[in-house]
Amino acid sequence: MSTTVSRHDTGGGQSPNGGTARRPSVRSVLVWLTVAVVGAVCWGVLAIARGETISALWLLFAALCSYAIAYRFYSRFITYKVLRADDERATPAERLENGVDFDVTDRRVLFGHHFAAIAGAGPLVGPVLAAQMGYLPGTIWIVVGVIFAGAVQDMTVLFFSMRRNGKSLGQMIREEIGVVGGVAALIAVFAIMIIILAVLALIVVNALAESPWGVWSIGLTIPIALFMGVYLRRLRPGRVLEATGIGVALLLLAIVSGGWIEDSALGETLTLSKEWLVLALVVYGFVASVLPVWLLLTPRDYLSTFMKVGVIVLLAISLIVARPVLQADAVTDFAREGTGPVFAGSLFPFVFITIACGALSGFHALISSGTTPKMVAKESQVRLIGYGGMLMESFVAVSALIAACVIDQGLYFAMNSPAGATGGTAESAAAFVQGLGFDTTANQLAQASAEVQEDTLISRTGGAPALAVGLAQVFSQAFGGGGQAFWYHFAIMFEALFILTAVDAGTRVGRFMLQDTVGNVWKKFGDLSWRPGNIIASAVVVGLWGSVLYIGVTDPLGGVNQLFPLFGIANQLLAAIALTLCTVLLIKHGKLRYAWVPGIPLVWDLVVTMTASWQKVFSGDPRVGYFTQASVYRDAQDAGEVLAPATDQGQMDQVIFNSTLNGILQAVFALLTLVVAAHAAVVIMRAIRAGGLPTTEEPAVPSKLVEPAGLFPTAEEKRAIAEHERLVGAGAGRTEAEAK
Amino acid sequence: MTAGGTVARAWRGVRWYLKEFTGEARWDDYLQHCAAHGHQPVSRREFERRRADALERIPASRCC
Repeated sequence: MSTTVSRHDTGGGQSPNGGTARRPSVRSVLVWLTVAVVGAVCWGVLAIARGETISALWLLFAALCSYAIAYRFYSRFITYKVLRADDERATPAERLENGVDFDVTDRRVLFGHHFAAIAGAGPLVGPVLAAQMGYLPGTIWIVVGVIFAGAVQDMTVLFFSMRRNGKSLGQMIREEIGVVGGVAALIAVFAIMIIILAVLALIVVNALAESPWGVWSIGLTIPIALFMGVYLRRLRPGRVLEATGIGVALLLLAIVSGGWIEDSALGETLTLSKEWLVLALVVYGFVASVLPVWLLLTPRDYLSTFMKVGVIVLLAISLIVARPVLQADAVTDFAREGTGPVFAGSLFPFVFITIACGALSGFHALISSGTTPKMVAKESQVRLIGYGGMLMESFVAVSALIAACVIDQGLYFAMNSPAGATGGTAESAAAFVQGLGFDTTANQLAQASAEVQEDTLISRTGGAPALAVGLAQVFSQAFGGGGQAFWYHFAIMFEALFILTAVDAGTRVGRFMLQDTVGNVWKKFGDLSWRPGNIIASAVVVGLWGSVLYIGVTDPLGGVNQLFPLFGIANQLLAAIALTLCTVLLIKHGKLRYAWVPGIPLVWDLVVTMTASWQKVFSGDPRVGYFTQASVYRDAQDAGEVLAPATDQGQMDQVIFNSTLNGILQAVFALLTLVVAAHAAVVIMRAIRAGGLPTTEEPAVPSKLVEPAGLFPTAEEKRAIAEHERLVGAGAGRTEAEAK
Repeated sequence: MTAGGTVARAWRGVRWYLKEFTGEARWDDYLQHCAAHGHQPVSRREFERRRADALERIPASRCC
């Protein structure tokens, strides 16, 4: 901790061991060799297993070993060689500490906050849908993608934002690339957020429609959260753990009690159609955005976070205990032919956009340049928080993929194919999946829904119900005693809880963005505490995602089938924008030789998203290309025909309108990204010629804090902390806990 | 170290983590700060209210 380093931005960083390269110990070599061998064996088993069923644990451990090696070696290389994190330099949390947003936070606590912010339903749903191509393509993308793209993006954006006092992605693009790129990025971020919110809400609607049990338990989360809010404000201020404990207990009661009301008159009232659920969600989103956060959002967030962590731990344990066997093929025919019913399109590029969260998610760049960079205590901790947090999300994605691959695959396709394909009844769905080559019978499908006490599981698209069935199977296998129905609704409940938390928080963020942007021309509107501005902006944001949601819900071709690609591509385009910024910044800082670190995932991501966008816009295959789809239906309409799955001219109009709209949105997103990329290319050329350019990085200020870099303090760090404490006297509570 | 000691240590660790994570520990920090600087602390109700109201302006994004 005593090396002197130059303070210039391109200047010397600090290696974790105080600048002296140490020879690795024999023990460390042996440990990492073992991890590498175990990982290699697991991948080997996955690669050569054909035609025989294998345990899901091979998949799990292949991923875990890969993460460990990537974290140990690659993230370390990026932290100390590429970014040159410098622990002698004070972070904005230390320099600008105000106890509100700038707040020095223990790295383990911040890891929890950051993880809770990035992980939600995304890594649970995408892999489930991608399972239609088999378990191997999804797993490879999740693991390779997170190591070289997703985690790199999260950590690098976090680092650069931290060096700029926690500036947002849009702000950094405007200042570091230019106004044109900045405006394009701003519009892209806002539009992409609307699509993401709509698709997330669509998943909830699909999971809750015609499910009184689900509606009951999710509906109850609102009064539970309100109660917690009042408890924390009026009854016992600040006792968050107490309130959350009560909340979680009530939540579990809400799930169990769903089973009691299901067959009652109340159950009948709560059997809601998708249209009613859309209305309910829109009203909820609006109210949540207008109410003070302490009343609804904050307590919901506590509930959601604790559930999230609890479920992930539970899932990891259950998988190891239950050791389920993979039912899906490694690579299905749909991967080769691109004719899958769950989502249309070939393996490349569509697996890579269907699985966004868990491998590479542009949305994370908003969080890495939002609250997190203002709380980091030490620069080198971006490795644990940014890279490590994303690895953890990736692990969630692998677990979700496993859950989708251990259920009967006939059931999987019956659940995830749109109603137009399955016909909606057990008999027609069984005939459909038998046509796909599975021997699942109508009886088995009916029995599967009876086991989880749902009226039907046919065409319950969106991924959430299929995941819930998978989780119910794993949990009841692990803990014995059946209880499939409880576990199914437990899973639905927490997925919906995550999503609603994302939807209400997202609506608020959208509202802030809108108020901020409009505030540039109309000052009053930018005032966040001005009630009418708040209400108008909330209504606009909710109205936008609400309309897309409604379009998705009523789409005869199936909302998930139609909108999920748009959502995936939008998210990956946002990632392209973020990776572009990272590449530009490295080059401006004079680190051209390391520009490949964000550059390679950027090129890959651009190739994927542009191919996908091109296909969605220009493909002559009506299942893939939005405009071809519209024209096929238009031609049929002109000829006075009705094309299945549309059942009348009204639905024909709907398909034509929706497909045209989706196509336009798709094209606009891609163009906005290209504008940012083109503008960035100009800046890059200039920076290369000049050998670097000035940036908006804050000048270095020496740090007074002593904190460990990684999860566990090294012996050296412990000594440094003890020494520091001796010098400054007994410090804050943080350092005391550190010594453990 | 005895098994009991390990459990107690783990329990303290978990408690510390949860209090930090939920922000409950901020109140203890505040009391400590006041004691160190000789300030008269405000009531907990008032403290938590100010803390919650300050959070009102910070958009906490949640990803998918």
